[in-house]
Amino acid sequence: MIALIHQILSGLAMGSIYACVALAIVMIYQATHLVNFAQGEMAMFSTYVAWAMIDAGMPYWAAFLLTLAFSFAMGMAIERFIIRQFDGAPVLTVVIVFISLLVIINSVAGWCFSYTIKSFDSPFPATSRFGQGFISPHEMGSIGVTLAALALVYVFFRFTPLGLAMRAAAQNPTSARLVGIRVGQMLAIGWGLAAAIGAVAGMMAAPIVYLDPNMMGGILLYGFAAALLGGIDNPWGAALGGFIVGVLENIAGAYLVGEEIKLTVALAIIVGVLVAKPSGLFGRAIVTRV
Amino acid sequence: MAALLETQGLCAFYGPTQVLYGIDLAVEDGGITALLGANGAGKTTLLRALCSMVRREGEIRFGGKPFNPKQAEDAARLGIAHVPDGRGTFLDLTVEQNLRLGAYTRRDRAAVDGDLARTFAYFPRLEERREQQAGTLSGGEQQMLAISRALMMKPRLLLLDEPSFGLAPLVVKDIFAILRAINKEQRVSMLMVEQNANLALNLADHAYLIETGRMVIGGVASALRADEAVRRVYLGY
Repeated sequence: MIALIHQILSGLAMGSIYACVALAIVMIYQATHLVNFAQGEMAMFSTYVAWAMIDAGMPYWAAFLLTLAFSFAMGMAIERFIIRQFDGAPVLTVVIVFISLLVIINSVAGWCFSYTIKSFDSPFPATSRFGQGFISPHEMGSIGVTLAALALVYVFFRFTPLGLAMRAAAQNPTSARLVGIRVGQMLAIGWGLAAAIGAVAGMMAAPIVYLDPNMMGGILLYGFAAALLGGIDNPWGAALGGFIVGVLENIAGAYLVGEEIKLTVALAIIVGVLVAKPSGLFGRAIVTRV
Repeated sequence: MAALLETQGLCAFYGPTQVLYGIDLAVEDGGITALLGANGAGKTTLLRALCSMVRREGEIRFGGKPFNPKQAEDAARLGIAHVPDGRGTFLDLTVEQNLRLGAYTRRDRAAVDGDLARTFAYFPRLEERREQQAGTLSGGEQQMLAISRALMMKPRLLLLDEPSFGLAPLVVKDIFAILRAINKEQRVSMLMVEQNANLALNLADHAYLIETGRMVIGGVASALRADEAVRRVYLGY
């Protein structure tokens, strides 16, 4: 029983990371109806930037905040200078652009920071007096940090005029223009936010999976699984999907299939959901008139 | 009265296809101008051209100054509110959120609540449905919402693209009466595209008739209504 609780809690910790990745994917999907395959690599690059700042002697939380700012700027720049050039291009072209970005960022990171695996220290203490061994301080800390990030994003979209304008621009760009919303700017801000959320996921994942240019590969797959499970058109469903996938993955790894093929579980979830409920658990089926 | 909006030799294009040919039009300050014509005549395109939603050539003057917005959002920021065909409400947002988006570019945040109250006074149905998602409203209510959202921009000119489309005659009568009241009380000038010529000519002070992208005739609405030839040939009654 104690082992099961431990598995669930540490599943929630990984799940909170998947939730952030899923939310980042869904944010861009809602605005553009495209899935950003480079989301994971962008997060990985941000994590390297955080590592470089900490390595240079900066306190962790200062580096954390600066990394968020850097990621926001990086996301906006990628939208402005690369993605926008393909506005109106066929979907397949854009998919190729995303995959190219994935490969480019991956190799740039390898070139800048080398492919050697680095350790990335957790900002949380190694041992704690809480939890009686159910959950490590880093796991508890990363659940806290990601929940705080998710809550901030929720408040931003729900209660601020800019957040409302971004939702309007994503839903109906033509109408948004007619009330004076600069849709291009909203898109760039959306990319910036998604990159920053991804960076949170990367920085929280790095102490667990270690830092190397391929660290986000598996996490991105779980993020996709989470987004599809929750419903790719529902950000909060996708975030919840992240937690569900995290717990399922851990329980499956511990009790069903073993550690080696637990990534397979994520893919099985993707396929299973697409077969049974194509719009996801919390998604909406969209009926198109033909 | 002076013209609020004037076009000279306005042409519009969809890709390589020219849709409007040398349109000269004037919208009077404080008045209601109707734009009539058959399906495909270019009425909607004319409204889109005014907002830079399509490629255009020719001269536009708005409030006495050359009017060259780069994109639709610039036209909105310069004081032209466009209620598009199909209404263009944000279906997943609430009625109030739709209305507040109308005031998105305004700097006088303090006055927005007052304008919201004024809008609800014209359309009490919207106040009852304030927290409801716009997608759950009836067609008439959505048209009211689209007009109200445009008014929240405090525009100098309101462009209305077939406000009667798909609505029951009684609902149309209500909406047109309210448009008249808004025009008189808020001094908002209007340029309205209508299929229902009879309705539009009763409401408007001035009217223009366009056919396959060219201006046929324009003038005082009552004169156009009285013109036998125009009535028989173009208005069909």
